[in-house]
Amino acid sequence: MQLTDLIIKLVLVLVIFAISLVVAMYSTYAERKVAAFLQDRVGPNRAGPFGILQPLADGAKMFMKEEIIPTRASGFLFVVGPSLAIMTACIGSAVIPWGPQMQIGSRIIDLQVTDINVGILYIFGVVSLGVYGIMIGGWASNNKYSLLGAIRAASQSISYEISMGLSIIALLMLTGTLSLKEIAEQQHGLHWNVWYQPLGFLIFMICAFAETNRSPFDLPECETELVGGYHTEYSSMKLGFYLFAEYINMFVSSAVMATLYWGGYNYPGMDWVAAHVGPTIAPIVGVIVLFAKIFAFIFFFMWVRWTIPRFRYDQLMHLGWKKLIPLAIANIVLTGVIATLIKHFA
Amino acid sequence: MSIFYFIAFLSILFSLLVIFAKNPVHSVLYLIITFFTFTIHYILLNAQFLAIVNFIVYMGAILVLFLFVMMMLNLNKDAEPTKSIYVKMIGVIGGGSLLVTLVAALKGLAKSQPVVLQNVNLGSVQNLGKVLFSEFLLPFEVSSILLLSAMVGAVLLATRDNKPKVTV
Amino acid sequence: MEPLSNKRKLIEVKPLNFWERAYLPAIAQGLSITMKHFFKKDVTIRYPEQKREFSENFRGLHSLKRDEQGRERCTACGLCALSCPAEAITMIAGERQEGEENLYREEKYAAVYEINMLRCIFCGLCEEACPKEAIYLDGDIVPTDFTRKDFIYGKDKLVEPPLNQ
Repeated sequence: MQLTDLIIKLVLVLVIFAISLVVAMYSTYAERKVAAFLQDRVGPNRAGPFGILQPLADGAKMFMKEEIIPTRASGFLFVVGPSLAIMTACIGSAVIPWGPQMQIGSRIIDLQVTDINVGILYIFGVVSLGVYGIMIGGWASNNKYSLLGAIRAASQSISYEISMGLSIIALLMLTGTLSLKEIAEQQHGLHWNVWYQPLGFLIFMICAFAETNRSPFDLPECETELVGGYHTEYSSMKLGFYLFAEYINMFVSSAVMATLYWGGYNYPGMDWVAAHVGPTIAPIVGVIVLFAKIFAFIFFFMWVRWTIPRFRYDQLMHLGWKKLIPLAIANIVLTGVIATLIKHFA
Repeated sequence: MSIFYFIAFLSILFSLLVIFAKNPVHSVLYLIITFFTFTIHYILLNAQFLAIVNFIVYMGAILVLFLFVMMMLNLNKDAEPTKSIYVKMIGVIGGGSLLVTLVAALKGLAKSQPVVLQNVNLGSVQNLGKVLFSEFLLPFEVSSILLLSAMVGAVLLATRDNKPKVTV
Repeated sequence: MEPLSNKRKLIEVKPLNFWERAYLPAIAQGLSITMKHFFKKDVTIRYPEQKREFSENFRGLHSLKRDEQGRERCTACGLCALSCPAEAITMIAGERQEGEENLYREEKYAAVYEINMLRCIFCGLCEEACPKEAIYLDGDIVPTDFTRKDFIYGKDKLVEPPLNQ
């Protein structure tokens, strides 16, 4: 690999990292604003115009807070928990194609950090790893509420990973590849996968809600039952890491949903745009389209959070094991039958 | 090659730590790191699919369950049963015999040639799928039936005790 | 059992039909309700900049009144302090000197007049007790502060400003 390629990749990594952090930061602001608007309120409006400096103020506050490590806690693991949570949240975005290939001068740049041929599975791996941050933190706190939160997180994550994987299999039967780049390329124009896989998308989205511990599946941090769940004992920036990790997860899973089902950077009329603005500007438009989709999903996450009450734990398990898994398997069978029939008769 | 030796060293180090850790939860956490080093080994062997499946299934699911169970156990010092000296002796003898057997078995093997990739795309998903569903279709299906029977057995064990309850 | 009144209504619990059990239509309905609120005008009054109008009989911060010539009305009779159920009012009377007729209406006046705003319950009994119409609770909400002694309001804060200023 040439040095320039290396530098380009490095810049791309840094840009994506910065964007994820900024998006996560402003998601906290957006969450509060959206919640306020949905409840006929104003939301934060003191720091700066419309309160847009609020995340900075919150961050500064987090850093200034006293760092408390409980005496009976297991010291090293107590720090490892939040670090692992935010690390796994950040590395998920590595395989997402942010835009089509960009041409600057004679150089062609991939707007994707790495295109491994098992991209989707990589994301699954990262998601399944994410639960360790919560589990280790919850256990190391030496607090029964934290432990209960951690245990809930683990069982919830394992249960919903199964139906998530099954819903993806139906998609893979259509795309025939595990590489996110190829999946995105196949959805050129308006050939988005969601038209062929509406049920699969629905299952995947529900599971994404559960995997990111978002309401209505936010039982690990269910404050009415568990004080603060796994992060009860956490303070200062370690708490900030946990909260941040949740928003980065939300960002990454929105990006995954947009890429897998909603066409990624593709939009109707993209050939016309590409022909008119040239191969340097057109990918940028694609990136903007992808981000519009991502923000729409993030908004949807928040919209749902402030609408639907939390599930009870047995309802959660009931939904995961008895509804979503059979539904996902039915979806696989249906997809297989229809795909074979179409192949046969057309 | 130096990467291999480094990762191999880490694998052995962490698997030793699994055994020597006093706290069972720490032991499981070391086991997770050990499995992670295995994932890296698979990547070095260009078996990406196997690597990621090892990552998802072992690290992401099975060890989560291990950790899950460990966390629920009462790990107090006084809850630990005291082992008599005889049990320890038996353990040492058993472990020693296993070691001797393993060393003898390894010695009996011919020294394998250093790992050379015959086909670069050997571990890719496409090739794996093709091999799995043509050449090894029967073993594949048999193993899935094995898993199914295990599942049915588990369900049976869980629901066997459903005698009608005696009303008080 | 014999019904006590004819208001009793039998409620039938029907088993949920398929769409109700699917839960998704209900979610969609809920989402549409919240979305409706998204576009509604907010009802918040942005307090320090924007104030809600007080009701007519609102009792706020006390003010010691002056008469039409700008003289302090209070004669330090102590009835307000006596009537105060929270014992928030303290005063020290002073005698009016020659040449101070334009400052105090009566021959006796309150040299010191203090109200502890942390004790005051804003009942308005001082207002009712005052024979000289000197104290009224017609002010604003008591502002916040950091120390207890800052809540003891003296004459500098209580007496209304002179007429020609």
